[in-house]
Amino acid sequence: MRLTCPHCGERDLREFTYGGAALTRPEGDWSPIWDEYVHLRENPAGRSREFWQHGAGCSAWLVVERDTVTHDIHAVTEAGA
Amino acid sequence: MRLGQGGLVDRDRHLGFRFDGHAYEGLEGDTLASALLANGIRLVGRSFKYHRPRGILTAGSEEPNALVTLGRGAAQEPNARATTVELRQGLEARPQNAWPSLGVDALAVNDLLSPFLSAGFYYKTFMGPHRIWERVFEPAIRRAAGLGRLSQEVADLQFEKAFAFCDLLVIGAGPAGLMAALTAGEAGADVILADEDFLPGGRLNAEREEVGGRSGAGWAAEAVTRLEAMPNVRIMSRTAVTGVYDQGTYGALQKHPAAAGRPEETFWRIVARRAVLAAGAIERPVALANNDRPGVMLAGAVRSYLNRYAVAPGRRAVVFGASDEARRTAADLRRAGVHVAALVDARERAETSDFATYAGATVERVLGREVEGVAIRLGNGREERVQADLLAMSGGWNPNVHLSCHLNGRPVWDESLSAFLPAPGAVPGLIPAGSCNGAVTTAACLAAGREAAARALEDLGLKATAPDLPEAEDRDPQARPIWVVPGKGRKWVDFQNDVTTKDIELAARENFRSVEHMKRYTTQGMATDQGKTGGVTALSILADATGRSIPETGTTTYRPPYAPIQIAALGAGGEGRGFAAERFTAAHPVHLAMGAPMVEAGLWFRPSYYPRTGEKTWRQACDREALMVRETVGVCDVSTLGKIDVQGPDAAAFLDFVYSNTMSTLKQGKVRYGLMLREDGHIMDDGTCARIGPDHYLVSTTTAAAGEVMRHMEFAAQVLRPELDVHLVSVTEQWAQTAIAGPESRDLLNEVLDSPLDPGTWPFMACGAVTVGGVPARLFRISFSGEHAYEIAVPARYGESLFRQLVARAEARGGGAYGMEALNVLRIEKGLLTHAELDGRTTAFDLNLSGMMSKKKDFVGRAAAGRAGLLADDRPRLVGIRPVGAVRQLTAGAFLFDPETESTRENAQGTVSSVAFSPTLGHFIGLALLKEGPERHGETVRMVDHLRRVSTLCEVCDPAFFDPAGGRARD
Repeated sequence: MRLTCPHCGERDLREFTYGGAALTRPEGDWSPIWDEYVHLRENPAGRSREFWQHGAGCSAWLVVERDTVTHDIHAVTEAGA
Repeated sequence: MRLGQGGLVDRDRHLGFRFDGHAYEGLEGDTLASALLANGIRLVGRSFKYHRPRGILTAGSEEPNALVTLGRGAAQEPNARATTVELRQGLEARPQNAWPSLGVDALAVNDLLSPFLSAGFYYKTFMGPHRIWERVFEPAIRRAAGLGRLSQEVADLQFEKAFAFCDLLVIGAGPAGLMAALTAGEAGADVILADEDFLPGGRLNAEREEVGGRSGAGWAAEAVTRLEAMPNVRIMSRTAVTGVYDQGTYGALQKHPAAAGRPEETFWRIVARRAVLAAGAIERPVALANNDRPGVMLAGAVRSYLNRYAVAPGRRAVVFGASDEARRTAADLRRAGVHVAALVDARERAETSDFATYAGATVERVLGREVEGVAIRLGNGREERVQADLLAMSGGWNPNVHLSCHLNGRPVWDESLSAFLPAPGAVPGLIPAGSCNGAVTTAACLAAGREAAARALEDLGLKATAPDLPEAEDRDPQARPIWVVPGKGRKWVDFQNDVTTKDIELAARENFRSVEHMKRYTTQGMATDQGKTGGVTALSILADATGRSIPETGTTTYRPPYAPIQIAALGAGGEGRGFAAERFTAAHPVHLAMGAPMVEAGLWFRPSYYPRTGEKTWRQACDREALMVRETVGVCDVSTLGKIDVQGPDAAAFLDFVYSNTMSTLKQGKVRYGLMLREDGHIMDDGTCARIGPDHYLVSTTTAAAGEVMRHMEFAAQVLRPELDVHLVSVTEQWAQTAIAGPESRDLLNEVLDSPLDPGTWPFMACGAVTVGGVPARLFRISFSGEHAYEIAVPARYGESLFRQLVARAEARGGGAYGMEALNVLRIEKGLLTHAELDGRTTAFDLNLSGMMSKKKDFVGRAAAGRAGLLADDRPRLVGIRPVGAVRQLTAGAFLFDPETESTRENAQGTVSSVAFSPTLGHFIGLALLKEGPERHGETVRMVDHLRRVSTLCEVCDPAFFDPAGGRARD
């Protein structure tokens, strides 16, 4: 697999580290929303949004939209943008 | 035997080789198979299950029979296909699966037992307790059945891995592949042409036909010359493309001709923007009785041996097929001086010729242990026997769709061709062309190659100049498929795995009707062959037996690799020290010079202790080093700890977010111990945090967690708190850091510092800039030993020199260097933590550090750490233990029990995380996680190590065994 880093261009999988599903951190005290954020994960057959870090490149955390069935990469964007 | 003329072999270059212990000679340009045939050798191996004598069936990588072991000793290579082994001087090959000899094989008795050895025989017969299977049945079966064997020794062979990138990868250098490469090469595309043969040309080298007014082989050679002259084209011969992966990535195995210093094989990962699949087609044997006898050969292979290698595989031949190619085969044989005893054409309307032609007839049976003749069933039902030592047969051609199916694509059945073709778009960017896509003439292949390349060029935005197509054979051979010939007897479908038509029919009867089930039940299509010759025939028989059509029956899944790959090639570079990177500190040479055994911490190497003369065990060195720190001064290389430089106007706010305790209140020039949690509320890591400037902090991490913490902090900065203006950089490798610990540490430090420390401005947990020999350094007054201690950091290039000096000066004071073992003893004596306690399951509450979870701010892990279950009193929590009974030994990993209860799992009260012998206290000490631990100081528990069989009565105590008030570090 290759990802196109917004800073560094198309790079090999070996330069990236997977960071789990791209979710939004809740606020406040522990709640079912927190439980979902920390523990519950979808396992989609199709489109997914994931965090990846370009650790062997620019260190940027990225959101990768890809298809777990076709392996198509639809978008790679900066996670913090 | 070798023909007097012709062929693409160099008759001036004789190569000596050995097979089965005998010396032979071949020519440059031979394969092992052609050289064996040239020497009149037909019997080359024994079959997998029945130990039937086997010869050479094909002339390519699809060979199922002629498997040999190459070489001797550690480097011997089993299961090499003689048809792909390039002959070289001194080559040594041995037959496999035959004992005592190839000619007389004791286990050939299996062939007589064949009625009992049908598909599923093992499953049905060797039933019984598991242990009998493992000890008796399986070893016996493995001895009897099988392929070649590895030497089980470490071979001194070099393999390589490499990466390549191109605009267009052309797979196969037959007419379609060469034409595609020429078209793309002339258009200026960056082209890689990969071909598994050592001579490009594909079937052009094997057929007698004209291309562009010259021989096919001549045209191919000229095309290669033209391609070689193009700087944008790379020709990779001896390179089998083995797999197709996402985004235009291809795996390829390149074999290298033997030469000193050259690797055996290179495994390539090729990334291509577009690819042309020109993999050709594989000829199909006909399932007829005893079709596995030595002397039965595919017709196309016969033509290869005649035309390319100038070898006659027999003296008197019968040709059997259902295509105009049959006459071509007969003509090539006659031209080579081989008598064609019969041309059997299953078509009623066979081509007319002056051969003894049997139209509308079939070869029903092969006679003899090696071919002595054939039985022909005539159209009128009569049988006729013809004497011959060679049967050239062809059931038709299977387009080589393998690679087009690696991304889950299923091939599509073409009724008019009676063949599976690549599904359109099965692999994005891969364009099939030529006979792998159903073309049946040379002219069609050439045109398809040019057309495919033009399509690829258009995708790439390049303009094709469209080179002229050479004139070539364009007559459709009017082929009709032959799958199975009716009649009695065993008819082999999968020669390599000894699967006959009967086995497939039996599988269907026993309800293994799915093609995937049939494959596994009969073992059809396994091993090196992977169904290349027999796969489609097998499913045609299954289709018949189950009353379905071939497309309804479907194919099994094609998976990489297309051709066998040695693990050594896939893992090239990963052996020994190549397995993982090694990280050395600046002072590494000093540790080695002092004889320290090194231990791995993550990728780092750290000294475990420094043995001195007279010390017989590690414990003696460790005890000495620990006492040295307590009594005088010790020096320890702590460079491996992670160092993360944090800067920016919001650095303080950011650290408040990633640490559970507060760092914004830390004053400049001070250091604070900190905890980082995971978002699930458990501790991720601990370490110190120094405030170097108003907006500048230096975070330290444990050695092994440095990468994880860096990633986590980047995540927090970029994703969780993107509004904060803060920047992080790892400076672990930029600074060499040395701990100086002990009552004399300040005195030792003052010996090397440019100006002595003022005790008033350097209290415990202070930090600041100093200079050593004019070199700017950072000094931290922190302690992991409980002693008055410092850590000094210098730019890494000065690390070795500074460490050497500090050790020498410490030794002059009666101290010296201490390693990981003593470091661990000292920290356990103080009840300080490492990842033995921070094991990913513990919380700040568990380690009596609840006070470090700020209530005034949000931080990573705050919400989850507040869950009731993580604050329950009965959670195992940190305590110290010391032996109080007759047994004085403690072991890490042991369980704790109430002394009165049985030491069974459900009674366990806790576990021991760290132990050490304390030379300061004179007995073992341990850190443990005990239910309600802090409330149980003074109680007695029993430590039981079920593995090491140790049982010790212990007293629960405070984890700080030594100087609990901390005065030694502070004052």
